[in-house]
Amino acid sequence: MTEQLDVDSLIDNPDIQVIVCCGSGGVGKTTTAAAIAVRAAERGRKTVVLTIDPARRLAQALGLRELGNTPKEVEVDGFEPDGQLSAMMLDMRRTFDDMVLAHAGEKRAQEVLANPFYKTISSSFSGTQEYMAMEKLGQLAGEGRWDLIVVDTPPSRSALDFLDAPQRMSTALDGRMIRLLSGPARSGGWGIRKVVGAGVMLFAKAVSTIVGGQLLADASAFVQAFDSMFGGFKQRARKTYELLRSSGTSFVVVASPEPDALREASYFVERLASESMPLAGLVINRTHPVLAGLSATKATAAADGLDSRGASPLAAAVLRLHADRVAVRERERRLLARFTKAHPSVPAVSVPAMPSDVHDLPGLRTIGEQLAGTGLPARN
Amino acid sequence: MSTPVVGWTDQVARARLHVVTGKGGTGKTTVAAALALALATGGRRVLLVEVEGRQGIAQLFDTNPLPYEERRIASAPGGGEVRALHVDAEEALLEYFAMFYNLGFAGRTLRRMGAIEFATTLAPGLRDVLLTGKVKETVGRTDDNGRHMYDAVVLDAPPTGRIVKFLDVTKAMAELAKVGPIKGQSDGVVRLLHSGDTAVHLVTLLEEMPVRETIEAVAELDGADLRPGVVFLNRVRPPRLPARSVTPAAGGRVDASRVRNGLTSAGLDLSEEDLDGLVEETVEHAIRVLAEQNAREQIAEVDLPAVELPDVTEGIDTAALYELAEAMVEQGVR
Repeated sequence: MTEQLDVDSLIDNPDIQVIVCCGSGGVGKTTTAAAIAVRAAERGRKTVVLTIDPARRLAQALGLRELGNTPKEVEVDGFEPDGQLSAMMLDMRRTFDDMVLAHAGEKRAQEVLANPFYKTISSSFSGTQEYMAMEKLGQLAGEGRWDLIVVDTPPSRSALDFLDAPQRMSTALDGRMIRLLSGPARSGGWGIRKVVGAGVMLFAKAVSTIVGGQLLADASAFVQAFDSMFGGFKQRARKTYELLRSSGTSFVVVASPEPDALREASYFVERLASESMPLAGLVINRTHPVLAGLSATKATAAADGLDSRGASPLAAAVLRLHADRVAVRERERRLLARFTKAHPSVPAVSVPAMPSDVHDLPGLRTIGEQLAGTGLPARN
Repeated sequence: MSTPVVGWTDQVARARLHVVTGKGGTGKTTVAAALALALATGGRRVLLVEVEGRQGIAQLFDTNPLPYEERRIASAPGGGEVRALHVDAEEALLEYFAMFYNLGFAGRTLRRMGAIEFATTLAPGLRDVLLTGKVKETVGRTDDNGRHMYDAVVLDAPPTGRIVKFLDVTKAMAELAKVGPIKGQSDGVVRLLHSGDTAVHLVTLLEEMPVRETIEAVAELDGADLRPGVVFLNRVRPPRLPARSVTPAAGGRVDASRVRNGLTSAGLDLSEEDLDGLVEETVEHAIRVLAEQNAREQIAEVDLPAVELPDVTEGIDTAALYELAEAMVEQGVR
């Protein structure tokens, strides 16, 4: 039997300073992060939650009406936590701009901001959101104003992107490759050219032709302007990565009881283990526990009996919807069993589906209770 | 069984490239696969393309991970055939190089160095340009007789949040890269994606968030002059309660004594606790049914034809794909 994930002991542990909620898109990461943050604040911690792309009404539940990009204290009627809760939404373009402005000289910064290559990379590069989430996490951690930071991760297809994208981005911004491609002759001191020689020349020429000389020139200008700050940039990314590996961080992997989501969760758990990153456990969102001890076969047979006599349509409907629910639960159990068989030591907790979407504080509280295992006990 | 065509209009039927998108978790890969089977029904040849590197198609059809080549993955009723292709951006770039630059051996070396990976990340969108470029090539490919190699191509595309960026990145690229072969290719892709040969289908569940994202995506597609096709309402579950009972039940008003009497007359003698459980399940069911009705009304606003797919409780396997394909054909998919 898999151990139960104990969210309260996680958020009550003063040594835990960062909780990262990961998982593939559409599994309820943002809601889970918000629920954990609300509960942590109510249990006395000075908490900030960094959300990436919250549903509008969830954002409103946290009092976030606009994209502020800086944490704002949550002040909602009926919310008087022992601790404190601030919330923010990540604005990746502004985070990137701020970073450039803070770390390049005035003139350099303007050059970078005006560069067409920068404009695309800061708004549409596939890893930018992940990179900026990391950057923001690093900033929040550096400010030291909170004792717990709860992080939601970008809605990528793969949970692994959160860990991999910054590296990809770093490679893209690393001047070496661009220098190599835009001017092979000038990169003579760099070893790789000697290794592959003519191949690189040809490749550089091909890349230049394919992506167009202008783009490469823009990229090159960008890299030159960016070069002076690149070291610091990379160093901060490394520092944040180290923060993720420290004992003060804990990962909560979120999944829904669907094959894809659980497969992603599986990959992520394995990856965390190989990176020695601390895993708190798995949250399975939106499960459908069965609330009455009646088998599907019996329920369906009884419903068939009632229908054939044309008797009690309400009772027959109740029996059929119960049978549907048992079937759904069985499927969820099978899927979950597959995960726990592969990862028997990962603590897990199920959060039953709420009948409607969660977009207010009481809803987040209820989820928090389910996460802590103090909600209504689910039968079966 | 033949029903009047409501879900699959003539305009949609004319498309040869069917792009399938949806919010994460709505089942777009499943729908794309079933759509490929449905389109192949009756003897046609259909290519199912995956671009996200997830190997979702291989998992659905329970086969080994797909290589970067088109291979037969399923046969459809009436002699049709579905082939599958997993497009990998790096492979596509190497193929591209081989075509124009005869790079051969050096290509492999560069790949080991990570230079290919780098080149596909260097130009934001180059990856997507290569992916859409490959898709375009398969749509346009003809055999020796000048006939199209594939009657239809189904693309399991990125999710709604990124779909317009993905499909339109080519346009951005065409503006960015002002010359060169990629420019020529981009122009061709832009033409195809914005033409009547392409339909962008949206998969949604009857839930608030996916419906909202679908509505937003349709607006975004319209704004980018891309053509929305149909909305696939996926995983539709049967409403069990009599219609008049839904609203009261959703408000918590379930006549427990009537349920109790009905159960007794059916020979079931349940404990108080179990009866309470059944009532609670009924309330939750009713709330969901109301939410679904609401979602239906909202999705009707986008004014697109809809195709409904039933929930497969046991989970999706190859047999379930055929069932879904059949449901599509019954609703006019051809």
